[in-house]
Amino acid sequence: MARFLLLRTLSLAASLLAASLVIFAAIEVVPGDPVSYMLGMNAAPDTVAALRDQLGLNEPLVWRYLHWLAGLLRGDFGISYTYKTPVAGLIAERLALSAPLAGLALILSTALALPAGLIAAARRGKGADLAVTGLAQIGIAVPNFWFAMMLVALFALRWQLLPAGGFPGWAHPGAALRALILPALALALPQAAILARILRSALIEAMAQDYIRTARAKGLSRRAALTRHALRNALIPVLTVLGMQFSFLLAGAIIIENVFYLPGLGRLIFQAITQRDLIVVESAVMLLVVAVIVVSFVTDLAYALVDPRLRRPA
Amino acid sequence: MRPALLIGAGLSGLAVAAAALSLVWTPWDPAALAIGARLQPPSTTHWMGTDHFGRDILSMLMAGARSSLAVALAAVAIGAGIGTPLGLAAAASRGSLLDATLARLNDLIFAFPALVTAILITATLGPSALNATLAIGLFNIPVFARTARGAALSLWTLDYIRAARVAGKGRARISAEHVLPNIASLLIVQATIQASLGILAEAGLSYVGLGAQPPTASWGRMLAEAQTMVAIAPHVALFPGLAIVLTVLGLNLLGDGLRDALDPRLRGRLT
Repeated sequence: MARFLLLRTLSLAASLLAASLVIFAAIEVVPGDPVSYMLGMNAAPDTVAALRDQLGLNEPLVWRYLHWLAGLLRGDFGISYTYKTPVAGLIAERLALSAPLAGLALILSTALALPAGLIAAARRGKGADLAVTGLAQIGIAVPNFWFAMMLVALFALRWQLLPAGGFPGWAHPGAALRALILPALALALPQAAILARILRSALIEAMAQDYIRTARAKGLSRRAALTRHALRNALIPVLTVLGMQFSFLLAGAIIIENVFYLPGLGRLIFQAITQRDLIVVESAVMLLVVAVIVVSFVTDLAYALVDPRLRRPA
Repeated sequence: MRPALLIGAGLSGLAVAAAALSLVWTPWDPAALAIGARLQPPSTTHWMGTDHFGRDILSMLMAGARSSLAVALAAVAIGAGIGTPLGLAAAASRGSLLDATLARLNDLIFAFPALVTAILITATLGPSALNATLAIGLFNIPVFARTARGAALSLWTLDYIRAARVAGKGRARISAEHVLPNIASLLIVQATIQASLGILAEAGLSYVGLGAQPPTASWGRMLAEAQTMVAIAPHVALFPGLAIVLTVLGLNLLGDGLRDALDPRLRGRLT
C-alpha cells in the first residue's frame, strides 16, 4: 500500500505540474495584450511601459511561470487586471455561489437518478424500464441552456413561482436558495439521465453475479437482493461518476450562469476571457483542473483502500 | 431491425436531408428580414412562425442544420483522423515510451473542462465556425485514441496478427491492413456519439456568440436571440431547441443501434 501511495502521489504531482505548464503556455500565446485592454488604444507609450513593468510582464518567461506557480501554492493568485482586486478573493466570492449550485444540482440529479435506475433495473424489459431508458435518452439530448430557458418561460414568467435570474446574495438565504432552484434543475437533468443509465447497467450486471444467486437461494426476495446486495456493489461506478460530476458541474455551469445572470465562477471565467483578464482565466482554469485531478486521485485511493486488487499497477 | 436503429437513422437522416435541401431550397430566404411580419405564430405561410426580424424560422432551422452538422462532423473527422493513428501506434508498441506518453497526454486533456477550454480557444482565435470546429475537434482526439488503442490491444494477441508478424509484415502495415478494418465498427459507433456531443457543444458555443457568425444561421444563436422574447413568443425558442434535441437523440440512438447490430455481445449492456 505504501508503494502504491507513493507512486500515485508522484503521478498526481506530475499531472498537476504538467497541467500548470499547459495552462501557462496557452495563456502566453493568447493574442491581445492585457495592458492595451486596460488602458485603451490611445494610451501614451510610457504609461503602457510603466504598467507592463508594474504587472511584471517584462520579466523573463520562466521567471513569471515560477512566480505564478509559487503564488498558487501560497494561495496568492495575483491581482485581477480588470477588477483590481486579488484573484483569490474574486474566485472565493464566486465559489460561494457556484459550489452550492453544483452541490444542489448533484443532489437533485441523484434524487432523480437513484429511484429511476433502481426501478428500471428491477423491472428490466418491462414498461417502467422502457420509460426510464427512453426519458434518459431524451434527457441526454437536451441542451441544458435550452431546458433552462423553457423552465424560465414556465416557472418564472407564466406561473411566476420562481425568479427568472439574478442572485440576491447569501444575506437572504431563502431568496438565494429560490434563485438557485431553476439553474440547479437545468444542470441536474442531463446529469440525472447519465447517472440513471449508469446505475441501471451497473445494477443489471450486479444482479447476474453469484452472490445474488446465493442471496436468492437463502430465501431473499428479488427486491431485497437488489436493494441489499446489488445496490451496494453497483454504487462504485456511480460514486466515481458523482465525484467527476461535481468538478465538471462547477465548470459546466459556465453557460447556465449566463442564462440566469448568476455571478458565479463560470460567469467570472467567461467575462475574464472576453475582457482578456488573463490572470483570472489562468488561475480559475487551473483551479478547475486541480479539482478534477485531485478528485480522481482521491477516488483511486479510496478504492485501493477497500479493494486490494486495485493496488497493483494497471 | 431494432427500433432504436430505425428511429436513430430516421432522425439523423432527417437532419442531414434538411441541411442538404437548404443548399438548394428553403421555403423562404433564411436571412431575409421582414419587419412587417415579426414574431408571427406558426401558420400555413410560415410553418414554424417568424422571429423578431420577421425571418422564417423553418428556413433558418434548415440553414442552421448545415452549420451544426458541418461543425460536428468536421470535429469528428479531426478527432478520428488524428486520434485513431495515435491509438493504433500506441497499441502496436504496447508499453513503450510512446504508449506511456500518449496515455499521460490523454489523461491531461481529459482533466481540462472541455466547454471552458473550448470557449477559451474560440474567444482567443476569434469567434467563427472554423475555430469552434478546431476547439471541439481537439477534445475528440483523445477519445478516438483511447477507443482505438483499447480495441486494437486485444487484437494484437490473436493468432492471425501473430501470423502476419511471422510473415514479416511491419507493425505499421499490420495496423493499417489487419487491425484497422477490425476495429472500424467500434470507431463508427464512437463517431456517431462524438457527433451528437459535437452538436451540443456547437449549440453551446454559438449560444454564447462563439460559433458561426451572422448572417449564417445557427441553432445556438437562434436560441440566444429568442431568450429575451420567450415570454411573448415562446415558439421562437421552442423550435431550435427541438431541432437540437431530435438531432442529438437521433445520433445517439443510431450509435446505440449500430453497436448492437455490429456486436451482439454488447447487446443491451450499456443502454
